[in-house]
Amino acid sequence: MSKGTNMRSILFWTAVVAILVYMTLPAVVVVATSFNPTEVMAFPPSGFSLRWYEKALTYPDFQAAFKNSLIVMGMSSTLAMLLGSSFAYLIFHYNFRGRGLLEAALWSPLIVPHFTTGFGFLLLGSHLNLTQGFAVIVMAHLLLVTPFVTRAVFVSLSNVDPNYARAAANLGATPTRVMFKITVPLILPGMIGGWLIAAILSLTEFTASLYVTASRTQTLPVAMYNYIREYADPTISAISALLILSTTAIMIIANHFLGLRRILGIDNG
Amino acid sequence: MTRQRPFFVQFLVPAVLVAVIFAAAMFNVLKYSFLEFVPGSLNVGGFTLENFTRINRPIYYWVLLDTFILSFATAFFALLLSYPISFALVRAERNWVRSVLVVLAITPLFTGEIVRTYSWMLVLGSDGVVNTALKSLGVIDRSVPIMYTRVGVVIALVQFAMPVMIILLATAISQINRDCEKAAANLGATPNTVFWWVTIPLTLPGILSGFVVVFAWTMSAFSTPQLIGGGKVLMISNVVYLQGFSSFNLPFAAVLSLVALFAALGSLALMKLLTARLEQNMATS
Repeated sequence: MSKGTNMRSILFWTAVVAILVYMTLPAVVVVATSFNPTEVMAFPPSGFSLRWYEKALTYPDFQAAFKNSLIVMGMSSTLAMLLGSSFAYLIFHYNFRGRGLLEAALWSPLIVPHFTTGFGFLLLGSHLNLTQGFAVIVMAHLLLVTPFVTRAVFVSLSNVDPNYARAAANLGATPTRVMFKITVPLILPGMIGGWLIAAILSLTEFTASLYVTASRTQTLPVAMYNYIREYADPTISAISALLILSTTAIMIIANHFLGLRRILGIDNG
Repeated sequence: MTRQRPFFVQFLVPAVLVAVIFAAAMFNVLKYSFLEFVPGSLNVGGFTLENFTRINRPIYYWVLLDTFILSFATAFFALLLSYPISFALVRAERNWVRSVLVVLAITPLFTGEIVRTYSWMLVLGSDGVVNTALKSLGVIDRSVPIMYTRVGVVIALVQFAMPVMIILLATAISQINRDCEKAAANLGATPNTVFWWVTIPLTLPGILSGFVVVFAWTMSAFSTPQLIGGGKVLMISNVVYLQGFSSFNLPFAAVLSLVALFAALGSLALMKLLTARLEQNMATS
């Protein structure tokens, strides 16, 4: 390798590392401040303490909000997995009148600003007198996260050899049997990957949730937002650290078992 | 029906049902934008076009312009910073390097708006990491304001936008036929020439779609301008929230939501147009 190539490569990797520092610095700072013994958010921390974790985990608003978040996440991501998978199957296999319109409607939550979606569901909820329950929140989250499941399952379906299903059908299997013995097992990684993404996105969704939740049904990000506006102590750092560390762990595990680069379609390096 | 269509009806019905519910929610926004605002009440009056004429005021033009400028700056800097990461992500020789890069680059997408915004408050605040570091290095004597400024908002927005930009750019880079680069190098082009005259042009569709997706996405950012802008930097989302939850002027909030929606749709339509023209040019040249 020539000297010029070496120099260029050193410069390039220095730039890459610097940019990665910019991307990860906030997360590092949050985790560090969460162990601060005092109320001042000093960085680097002046000592080591778990008091903010204790406060975060025992604060009633956060406990209730976390429970709400789990309810909303469980319902919306599971419904999204069923809806997204069946919708992906539908648009992968069939052409029908109105398909374009249906696709436009179910992909559009990716483009419509979250506050417009949230505002729409707020108005719809008050119109139907559903402002105090979880129905409208789950519905809003379902629409926001379904496109991610649809995409993941659609990619899985494109990678399945159609001859398996044909062979099974030729051997006399009913369509139901083909579906549950052949198709579903083959696209299961896509369904699980999609469900995982849907669950994480629902758990962390904030803007639309701010519109559709009431004080009794507020989700964790909304409760955190309300706390940030009133207090300035590292309690939120502690919750954030827990969320950052668990999502990073999930990403590493998902990368190991599902292959993030393959899911994202960037794997011919 | 000539062909058997297993599960067609079973899978169609729930999809249509959910699509109709979403359409109903969007229809409610549209409906409210034509209803009369009754001050001091959450109830609305009869049909009016007044909400649409109300937007014709300098302050709302400024908010829209600000939203455009901030989104444009965010898309520009996100592109600049994401390209090297995407390039490394696709081209790094060692598998573990690629794995580390993909986890570090994508994870911020999944920690959520609130956690990310709060983290930047700790970094950018007057006692934050940046100010403390600059003070201890003797660069500045007193804290420089970064919170509550456009610069601070863009710094945070760029980081939010980068995972999406990186995914789109990496996809484009991974689809390059590397024989083109090799051919250019064999014909005597320097690595710099190959990069600027072969690699970059071949990834132009990815660059364009990354730019526009981030632009449209940033237009609807809410928590970053809300918390880091702190009421001093207003994007359209913040005004919608103020109108809806402080003034309880739901009809006007509906009008502003529609404006934001059409701005997002408009920029994506523009991208389609530009990409089509670009592909045409590439095909003919």
